[in-house]
Formats: sequence, C-alpha cells, structure tokens
Amino acid sequence: MTDLIDGLYSLGDPIQDTKAPAGPIDKKWTQRKFEAKLVNPTNRRKLTVIIVGTGLAGASAGATLGEAGYRVKSFCFQDSPRRAHSIAAQGGINAAKNYKEDGDSTYRLFYDTVKGGDYRARETNVYRLAEVSASIIDQCVAQGVPFAREYGGLLDNRSFGGVQVSRTFYARGQTGQQLLIGAYQALERQIAAGTVEMFSRHEMLELVVVDGKARGIIARDLVTGEIQTHYADAVVLASGGYGNVFYLSTNAMGSNVTATWRAHRKGAYFGNPCYTQIHPTCIPVAGEHQSKLTLMSESLRNDGRIWVPKKVEDCEKNPNDIPEEDRDYYLERIYPAFGNLVPRDIASRQAKNVCDEGRGVGPVVGDKRRGVYLDFSEAFGRIGKEAVAAKYDNLFEMYKRITGDDPYEVPMRIYPAVHYTMGGLWVDYDLQSTIPGLFVTGEANFSDHGANRLGASALMQGLADGYFVLPNTIRDYLAAGPFPDIDESTPEVRQARQQVADRVHHFLTVQGTRSVDSYHKELGHIMWEHCGMERTAEGLRTGIDKIRELRADFWRNVRVLGENEQLNQSLEKAGRVADFLELGELICIDALHRRESCGGHFRAESQTEDGEALRHDDEYAYVAAWEFTGTGAEGQIGAPVLHKEDLVYEFIELKQRSYK
Amino acid sequence: MNLTLKIWRQAGPDAKGELVTYQVQDISPDMSFLEMLDVLNERLNDEGREPIAFDSDCREGICGMCGLMISGEAHGPEKATTCQLHMRTFTDGDVITVEPWRADPFPVVRDLVVDRGAFDRIIQAGGFISVNTGAAPEAHSSLVPMEHAMRAFQAAECIGCGACVAACPNASAMLFLGAKVTHLGELPQGQPERWGRVVAMLNQHDLEGFGGCQNLGECSYACPKGIPQDVISTLNHDLRKAMAKGR
Repeated sequence: MTDLIDGLYSLGDPIQDTKAPAGPIDKKWTQRKFEAKLVNPTNRRKLTVIIVGTGLAGASAGATLGEAGYRVKSFCFQDSPRRAHSIAAQGGINAAKNYKEDGDSTYRLFYDTVKGGDYRARETNVYRLAEVSASIIDQCVAQGVPFAREYGGLLDNRSFGGVQVSRTFYARGQTGQQLLIGAYQALERQIAAGTVEMFSRHEMLELVVVDGKARGIIARDLVTGEIQTHYADAVVLASGGYGNVFYLSTNAMGSNVTATWRAHRKGAYFGNPCYTQIHPTCIPVAGEHQSKLTLMSESLRNDGRIWVPKKVEDCEKNPNDIPEEDRDYYLERIYPAFGNLVPRDIASRQAKNVCDEGRGVGPVVGDKRRGVYLDFSEAFGRIGKEAVAAKYDNLFEMYKRITGDDPYEVPMRIYPAVHYTMGGLWVDYDLQSTIPGLFVTGEANFSDHGANRLGASALMQGLADGYFVLPNTIRDYLAAGPFPDIDESTPEVRQARQQVADRVHHFLTVQGTRSVDSYHKELGHIMWEHCGMERTAEGLRTGIDKIRELRADFWRNVRVLGENEQLNQSLEKAGRVADFLELGELICIDALHRRESCGGHFRAESQTEDGEALRHDDEYAYVAAWEFTGTGAEGQIGAPVLHKEDLVYEFIELKQRSYK
Repeated sequence: MNLTLKIWRQAGPDAKGELVTYQVQDISPDMSFLEMLDVLNERLNDEGREPIAFDSDCREGICGMCGLMISGEAHGPEKATTCQLHMRTFTDGDVITVEPWRADPFPVVRDLVVDRGAFDRIIQAGGFISVNTGAAPEAHSSLVPMEHAMRAFQAAECIGCGACVAACPNASAMLFLGAKVTHLGELPQGQPERWGRVVAMLNQHDLEGFGGCQNLGECSYACPKGIPQDVISTLNHDLRKAMAKGR
C-alpha cells in the first residue's frame, strides 16, 4: 500500500535553536531583555518599522514603538484602525493576578496554557506570556479600559473553559472592543505626536526582501488603486489568523492570510497550519446565503448547560416540553470534573458526536440536524433572570436578532464553527520569523497556543506581544540599523512591484465566468468536509486534489469586473482568495502528515477507546515549520519542505490530557 | 420575498451619483440585510455589471464598519447596526431606498462607502489617556465606584459607526464626542487631561465641518448601541467648566 502522503512534501533540516536564553524558566525573559541590544533614543527616530494590521497585536506594538521614538508606519485594510477584528472578541482576557486568591499564579497560567494546548506549544514562549499577563491589565486600566468591577470598586473576574481558577478580566461581552479601543487610542495619540503614520484602506500585497532581510512592503491603496512601495528597517506582521480559508467562520469578512502568505512565499516558514480552533458555541448555519457565523461567548458556558435529547424521536419537539430525565447533559456526564467548562476542542467534538448520532436539534443542514441546546433555565432559577441579564444581555439580544428566537423563553441552539487559528508564521523566542527583520505577532504567529487555544488567551497574547514582548526584542535587531538605502531601482523592489502589478492585471483581464465569492465558498466546503472537526488520511488526500483543481480553475476562470484605479472590492477579494487557495493545500498536507490527534486537530485514526484525542509524543512532539518551494509563479506551489522544531518539555511533564 | 431596491450608485468621490432601481427575488427572512446585498452583487457580477460597493467587516454589530441609510433611517428600522438587520423586518413587495451616510464631513468614496477619517482625527485631538506602555501603576491602585464604572462603560460602547452624524439634520457628531468625553471623564485615570481633552476634541469636531447640536435627539435614537443623549450634557458641562478654567 502506498502512503497517501508520499510525494506531497520532503523533509528538511530540523530547527535547532529557538534563541531562548538558557537558565531557569522564570529568569529567561529577564535575561533576554538584558541581553537584547539597546537603541539610543536619538537613533530611534532614524529607524522605520512597518506594522501590518491594527488589531490588538498591531495597534499595541505601533503605539509602544511610537512612544519609544521609532518611526512607525501602520497599515490596515479597514477604513480605521479601530475596526480590526480583535474588536469582536467577547469573553475576556486572562491574567495571573490571583485577585481571587484561588491558587492562581504565573506558573499555573503557564501550566494551564501548555496543557490546554495539548502539549504542542513551546514552553519558553508560553511562560513569558503568563509572566507579562499581569502588566497588561495594569496598562489597560491606566488607559481607561472599563473592565467589569465589583461594588467595592475593584476589578471582577470570571472563569473560562479549561481551567479551575477565575483569572479572566472582562468588560461585559465586549472585552475585545474595549481593549482594542484602548490600544487604538494609544495609537491615535502617537499619530497625533507624529511618530506613527497611518495608512488606512491600504493592503499589503507583497513583502520586500533585500539581501535576505525584510526591508519593506508593496501595498495597494484600496481607494485609488495606487501600488506603493514602503521601505523600513524591519517589518512586523500583525495581520491576524486565516480562519476564513473555511469561508464560513467567526472571522470578519475581510480577515485574510495574504500578508503572512506572501511572506511565506518569500521564505518565512509556516508553523502548524493544520491547528485550527473550532469554537463550540456559535449560532448554527441557517442556509446557503450565510456569509459568516456568529460566536456566542464561551463565558455563557459558566451559567448555561449544554444538552441534547436522549431519544432521537424527541429532537423535533419543543425543548421546553422535554422532561429533565429525557435530557442528556453530555458534557457534565462525560467530564464530571470540568462539566460544561471543558476546553473548546473537546466541547466541539462532543457536539459533533451527538449530532452524528442523530440527536442534534434545529433544522436539518445537509443530512443531519446540526445544533445542541445551551440552556439557561437552571441559572434563571438559581440567580434570577435579572442577574443573568446583567452578565449576558447583549449576547442574548444578539442571538435573538439573528435567529428570531428569545433565549429567555427557549434554550439557545449552538454548533461549533471555525474561530481561531493556532498555526501561523513560525517565530523564534524574539518573535522573529525565518526572514531576518520580519517579526510576527498575535494570531498571525504560531507560538503560544499549541494545538488548542484556551478561552480569553488570544487577547492576552495579542497584547503581550505588542505591548511588552516585541518592543523589547525588535530593538536587538534594529540596533544594527539603519540599513542601507534601497529604492525602486533595487532589483528585489522592482520585482516585488512587478509581481503585484501582474497579479492585479491578471485578475482584471482573465474575464472568466465565476465570481470570486463562488470560489471562496467552494473552497470553504472542501476544507470543512475534508479538514474540519474530524480528519482522515483518505479525506485529506481527496481534499488536496479538489483544492488543486479548484485553484487551477480559479486562475483561468474568475471574473473580476471594474478597474484597478478605483475602490474595487471584488479585486481585493480575488487576491485574498487566491492566497487561501494555496494555504488550503498546505493545511491539508500538514494535517495529513500529522498522524496523531492533538487539540483541535483530530485524526479519526488516532483516538482512545472512549473517543478522545490520542497523541503520539514519541513521533510528533514537534512544531511542523513548512518552507515554501516552487517557482514563485502565481497559483503554483511546489512540495513544501518540513523543518521540525522538537518540543522539549523541561518543566512540564507530558501527559494525556484529562478533564474527567 | 420579492423586493424593489433603490440604491445609490456613484463611481467615485467626484462623480455624479444617482439612485438605481433593482429587483431582488426569493429573499429569505433569515438573511441579514447585507447578505441580501451579497445576493444582488453575485447576480450583478454574473450579468457583467459591477457590484455595489458597501462597507462591512465583522458582521456581528461591533466593528462599526457597516452603515447604510435604509429608507431614510440610519441602519434601518431596527435598533442595531446594518449587519444585524434581518430581512424578517421587511415584507414582500417592499420598496427600500439604500443610501450612504449623508454628511459633508463623510465624503462618498464610492457607491455606499464613505470616508469617516474625521472620527479618527477627533480621537487624535485628545480622545485618549496619556500613559506610555510600562508606566502604568498596579491596576487595583485606584478604585472606581460602580456608578462611574457603569456610566463609563455605557459611553465606551460607542462603535464609531457614524449613524449619529447621518441621522442628525445638522450632521453634528456631538454624540460621538460626548461618548468619548464621558467614557474617559468618568474614570479616575481620565481626570488629569479632562479639561484640555474636551476643548481640543470639540475644536477638531468643528474644524472637520460637523454641525452644532440642537438637542433633537435623532442621534441617540439612531445609535445602534443606545448611547444616551445625556452624554452631550456631560460634554457641555465639561466644556463650561473647562472654559471657566481658562482652557
């Protein structure tokens, strides 16, 4: 029997050094900050840093580097930096403040994050994340972020999935919004101060690499169509995740992989692309017209109980008519210790399992009912409707608006949806990619969440990277600058510009028959079916073939109307979908090569007797960092080269995860 | 359901615009308003006609990117952003007019897309608390009484969509301005810059060409986040106090 993976990739040299300093884990960050070279304040203004993306990771980095006196150029495709998709994060942000005196500590946050990530994250980076978490809360409070408070005026906390302490700070169901507005205001302050130059409605379409170093970007002004070259001494990608490769996800419509994918094509390794998070509490798909899925914050699992009918014949009934004894609170039954607060990957997979058994509720989508109940009636009885409303009213309202059902009267229906991508560009301890001078922060990098991210940790990571980590590590690189001047006569610059211009020209002249959206939708179907919540070797192999076919057709047959020299949303989408069509293949190859289950990556061939994810630490305790190969021709990718970074667990013992 | 749409089309900032009529068929009540426009755009693309440009991003009512005048109402008949407006609000045979935000400080970029850069510049003028990264004291070193925390939060819910401006006959941005002044002014951290902030932000507001407030209340009525009109009272209060202090 030939192996289905044969010929799809080749093995390259392992990654030996992640640049973390030696020594005890709680001294490494202090050590690194001390060893990293300093840049004299008067020299900082001679150094330019480009930051792509203005979410938590980008806006915080922009503000902080601006305050330090560097020249920052900040880019976002939205009309204002305040709109980046971090804004949609609902539940909260973790920090090891131990304000509840419930046994929390930096070490416990570190431990929970490594365990939650199913032992596929890098210890050194995760420890640092936990270490700086408390400073984030201080910084945000000082900026005026209106976190929830207790009557005594102190900050309130709540608990989140996968942990047994209350360390989540929140601002009702709008924590991401409030944190982002804080970072945005700090960024705007620097724009006013002249240290940051803002380029809204601009999209990075290519990375400029000169003499092996990242030296700038090619961007398109989305209003005028002008193709611009921006030069810098270092480039930071804070451009978010790639969940939209699935078309339907909780990401914003514009969230895309283009910035990181173009950097990958220029030599930046892509880490663990198959680690995608399917969030358990989203509003189920209603029909073919659907353009996105909406998350219901995981915080709802603190008070809501998840169930499906025990009997298949009850699934069509009004849930209020189903007596208590005929309900299966399956998470509480299977995981008595954590109950409804198990990590996201587990909650999602169990929802899929009960629906596969035919016990799902709500409308039939495809061949099955795809939904489970999230029921608050017990909480209404325990703390009263008013108290529930104080915590979740905006979420209840949103649910009602979208579905037409009132969760105060009937239980919510939820189903898992693609939400977050743990994979991203590979970075070392300094958050530097394999291209010198190219740094990657937030969801765009791969570094902290392993194979599954815990709730309220994305906001923590974005702000940790942007406020505290990157500003300290990037100076070590910038200390060698300013780097020699380059301009449009530099061959690499000319070539990058030409590439962008050719691509735009191609899309506008191919004059095919199918819309960009129709390709995106079809790609999403392929990814969800073959590389979704459960993956098999055969399914992935089929998926790869289908993606290749679709990609070839896209380049021949897409229809983009209008011109370059105007706001042209089809043209913007065409570039993004083109890159998703390449990324999708890499995700499937990564998923196919990893013949184990871990976190959000569930291979049907690798499960325990009771259906839990079964890791194979002897074979797969490594980060898969993929190198792009190929001629560079659009739409064509070669067999990628796999570089393994072995995950060494010096401080935490590798265990099979248990939440029972 | 079947609907008649009259949609504002304008090729560019300096081009002449007009309302163009489109018919849409078989619209599901479960669709959002923007998904209905997606369906229309797919059809236009198939017919070789350029799709209608409109802004949207998160499509869950929080990023503030979307915003349309729907039959004369900012964000349409529901108290929600345009992306959260669902077609079950309409009935078969309805005629719906769709226009961009109408306000001089928000020039049209194309079709239904406007430039709201003026809001960013108002924030630049003073809509922040000056604290450099790393300089913050311990979070529990200042307490915030519940009533201040609640009011600050309520004002901080503003998503900067611009519906308040679009709804105001004077194209005033006082609700946007008042929300930020209230958010930061309610908190102990916001006190040191409180009086300078209100003056600087108001000056920028006027410079951008936004009009004055006549207390009509259209802004608060149109606001998808329910920012109360009394933030404008707070704004006026702070402004008087700032002037008394010689700002």
